[in-house]
Amino acid sequence: MAIAEKPKLNKQKVNRAPYYFILPPLVIYLVWIIGPVFYTFYLSMTDWDGISPNAEFIGLENFQKLFGSIGSVLPSAFEYSLYNNLVWLLVFITVPTAIGLGLAILLNQGLPGERLFKVGIFLPQVLSFAVIALIWSWVYNPRAGILNEILLMFGWPEDNLPGWLADKQLAIWAVIFAAAWRQIGYIMILYVAGLKNVPPTLMEAAEVDGATPWQRFWRITFPLLAPVTTIVIVISVIDSLRSFDLVQIMTRGGPANSTSVLANLMYIQAFNNYKFGLGAATAVVLFGISLVFIIVYLWRVMQDELEY
Amino acid sequence: MASINPPKPERKGLTTGQWLMVLFLLVFTLVYMLPFLGAIVTAFRTPDDISLNGFWSIPREITFRNFPEAIQRGGVSRFLLNSFIITIPALIGTIILSSLSAYALARHRFAGNKFIYFMYVAGTMLPFQILLLPVFLLSNNLCVQEAYELGQFVLNVPFVDAKVCLYNSYLGVIMIHIAFQMGFCTFVLRNFMRSIPGEIMDAARIDGANEFGIYWRIVMPLTLPGIAAVSTLEFTWIFNDYIWALILLSDGRKFPVTQGLSGLQGQFTTDWPLITAGALVATLPTLVVFFALQRYFIGGLTLGGVK
Repeated sequence: MAIAEKPKLNKQKVNRAPYYFILPPLVIYLVWIIGPVFYTFYLSMTDWDGISPNAEFIGLENFQKLFGSIGSVLPSAFEYSLYNNLVWLLVFITVPTAIGLGLAILLNQGLPGERLFKVGIFLPQVLSFAVIALIWSWVYNPRAGILNEILLMFGWPEDNLPGWLADKQLAIWAVIFAAAWRQIGYIMILYVAGLKNVPPTLMEAAEVDGATPWQRFWRITFPLLAPVTTIVIVISVIDSLRSFDLVQIMTRGGPANSTSVLANLMYIQAFNNYKFGLGAATAVVLFGISLVFIIVYLWRVMQDELEY
Repeated sequence: MASINPPKPERKGLTTGQWLMVLFLLVFTLVYMLPFLGAIVTAFRTPDDISLNGFWSIPREITFRNFPEAIQRGGVSRFLLNSFIITIPALIGTIILSSLSAYALARHRFAGNKFIYFMYVAGTMLPFQILLLPVFLLSNNLCVQEAYELGQFVLNVPFVDAKVCLYNSYLGVIMIHIAFQMGFCTFVLRNFMRSIPGEIMDAARIDGANEFGIYWRIVMPLTLPGIAAVSTLEFTWIFNDYIWALILLSDGRKFPVTQGLSGLQGQFTTDWPLITAGALVATLPTLVVFFALQRYFIGGLTLGGVK
């Protein structure tokens, strides 16, 4: 959005008016958001159980415990969580991005019924994770679910139907699939908006010069969409790291930790097992991974600021 | 793929390639919506019909019983009411507070302006887990000794003069929503307010308007499209919240519908028609908001996502 001009500066005296506007929201923000971030850092270096009056400062012991559990014979919940978060992240930055972009291009050509398709594909984005978790729990249900019924229709042997959420190998993919189902519409909409900024004249010129559709996509559309792609990837990463609701409702991290993610592990450590210090440490690890992408996003926003 | 060109105004001559694309999109969208459409169909059937004849059979009978059943026995109506009790004040609080800071950040230069702005932007991306424990502790420690009648409604009050805390109160959930959502709203509204021409405000200043008058009478009305966009989004986001209610509420009678629903599955394990009916009822408010205010909804997403 174009910015008309810079705000005027009142040079005569220090203008106190903006502080009256800033302060009430800022106080709430500092107490509920910024303060807690730092407090979690502090908690992560204690052994507090949430009940006893005193917490002992134990330095980085919690982190040593978490990372020390990696590589043992039986994978720890933390190891599963790190691995699942990584898988989730990789799937999220590739699959919904590619499908969303493909759909956006198909839906940018003035075909009949375009609006209906867009609404249909975007619809899951409006549903809460709780509802999505219920719907997909039903889809994956080994007996009553539509997925296995479809497999049966195609002649899958009845005594060998997959257990989906109950299967240690399949469960995490099943959960990620449900999450991606919600994500694709969002990515599509972002790309649809981005494609509006690709000048049609450029395409026509390229077509006249004999560029194939494939070339036109990779040489013109895709480079011009680079800023959208940056945002899409940042959003996908952040959303993948926030994955809590689906795991909590669909599997609670099971079977045998195979669907555990950091967000869910932290909740179990802190609120089920009363290991506040360890839970805080897991939260800090999750925050550390997010921070990389928060910085990328902030950098993008700062670039926009410098343009004016 | 035939062409990436924008459409010619006339649609008469669709090429074969374009018809194939439409066909592909139609099939894709239908398959994509299958879980949702399937849930709708299931909600109108009986468990016996499905377990005897399978999902793909033609329904023997259509029943509307599942909906009142889910609403009453499953308590979905109470959960929905709770969701509104949380969402509406949280939404109003978020919009008012973030428009205040957005105005100052957009139209005034002062020490710390950029820093505060970037702080809000960064905050929108935080994983909730980094906040869970401190906000949980804060809510348990923000207490008042005596409660009045009003407190009985807003907070959890077993006795009139018991100690009352933010924990397990609607207000506790409302506060964290306001605080967290402020980041995104401030970001969007601030950029929206920057595009308002400064002359209008200068003219008002010359006419003797004070800062609050300028904010309330000039900037806010001109920001209404932006406010509409973030409000539709925020309504959906706050309404769909699961984790904060899980952390901050312990009394089942205060659960919002997201949390209530996940309990429904435990209560009626295999009665899928009833569970899907409950899920559909729970979805209605956000679906209504989405279909009624689609333009603002999509506008808000693209405002926030891509500048």
